[in-house]
This record gives sequence, C-alpha cells and structure tokens, in this order.
Amino acid sequence: MNEKLSPLALASAGQAPEVTVSRDIIRRGLIIAPLIMVIAGVIWGLTGAWSAGLGLALVLMNFGLAAALISWAAPISLALMMGVTLFGFLLRLGLISLAVFLVRDVSWVSLPALGITIIVTHLGLLFWEMRFIAASLAFPGLRPNAQEYPSSSAAETP
Amino acid sequence: MEAIAQLIAAEMTPAELKNNAAAASAGYAYGLAAIGPGIGIGYLVGKSVEAMARQPEAAGMVRTTMFLGIAFTEALALIGFVVFILLKFA
Repeated sequence: MNEKLSPLALASAGQAPEVTVSRDIIRRGLIIAPLIMVIAGVIWGLTGAWSAGLGLALVLMNFGLAAALISWAAPISLALMMGVTLFGFLLRLGLISLAVFLVRDVSWVSLPALGITIIVTHLGLLFWEMRFIAASLAFPGLRPNAQEYPSSSAAETP
Repeated sequence: MEAIAQLIAAEMTPAELKNNAAAASAGYAYGLAAIGPGIGIGYLVGKSVEAMARQPEAAGMVRTTMFLGIAFTEALALIGFVVFILLKFA
C-alpha cells in the first residue's frame, strides 16, 4: 500500500496524441501552403513566395519534431519527457535560427516575408487545430472524429 | 557614464552608433524572448507530469493540452526571433 513510486519510473504509454495533433497540423499546413505562397507573392513578389514556403516548412518541421520528441520520450519516462521537452525547445529554436542564418544572404529570400510567415502560420495553424481539440476535450461525445482525437490513454509504470 | 557616451560618440559615426544599437537591441530581444517561454514551458510540462502521475487515466488528454500549450508558449519565442532577424538583418 505504501509502495513508493519514483517519478523516474512513471511513464505514459499508449497512444501518442501529440503525433495525431501534429500530423493534423502538418496536413492542414500543406493544404494551405499554395495559398500562403500566393499571398506572400502578391505582397513581396517572387522572393516573398519562396520565403513563405521556407517559413511554412520550418514551422511544420518544428511541429513534427516537437511531437516526435515527446512521443519518443513519454513511454520511457515522464522525467525524460520533461527533459526532452525543455531541451527540445532549445534544439528546435537553434535549428530554426540556423536555417534562417544559412539563408539570410541568399538572393531569393525576403527576411520580412520569412519572419511574418513563421509567426502567422504557427499561430494560425494552432488556432485552427484548437477549434477541434477544444471541442473534443470539452464535449467528448461530440468530438468530430473519435478515432482521430483520443482523449485518454493508459499511463503505467514499467 | 556621460564620459563613456561622449567617448563613443566621438569615436563612431551616427550610422555606426545606430547599427550598434540595433545589434544590441536584437540580442536583447532574442535573449529575453527565449527566457520567458523557457520558464513557461518548464512550468507547463512540470504541471503536466504532476497531473499524469496523479491521474494516469487522463494522460492522453493532459498530453494533448500540454502539446498545444507548448506550441502556444513557443510562439512567443518565435516572435522574439523574428524581431531579432528583422532588427539584425533586414
């Protein structure tokens, strides 16, 4: 009864909801990619269109990497998941910085278009996804697709 | 302090001063913008781990909310980063 549980031994097994969420975000991002590139192209020209594509690719890579890291660490240990999430934040920020530094002087890149696309698509895709997630969490019986949004999974100690 | 400012002003042209100020501001913008989300993500994930340990059957819901929370918090760091690249390179 008084068995002590170590936080290092706790793990969250089962389905990985963050992978589902990020896959959904990436799918929507790819759908709206041409529209975003056209809008950026109208505002900033051809360089803006290419920059918007690059910005969107960075945002989608960021979501995918975050989900992959969490879904890899959570079944091993919750403590590892916490560490991976925090250092993953630094890693992903570093990767985005590196990608932008590498292309900052390239002729086909417009930095204002790239920056604005990163912010707008990151927030826009999140709010788009939030509509479905919020509905499925608040009203599980009314969730849009029960298979697509698992609201619970078993946590277990290995 | 005033002497240092006069010395800097004497040594540098206004354009150089402006460039230096922009570089310093860009560095502060990026650094400060990364600190806040770092603290926020740490707090968010810590509380999520606590919630999953207390109520394992809700782990899926907690992880979904945690992932979205991380992404929203990270948006602040991205805004800081974009301000940085615009100040520094644009």
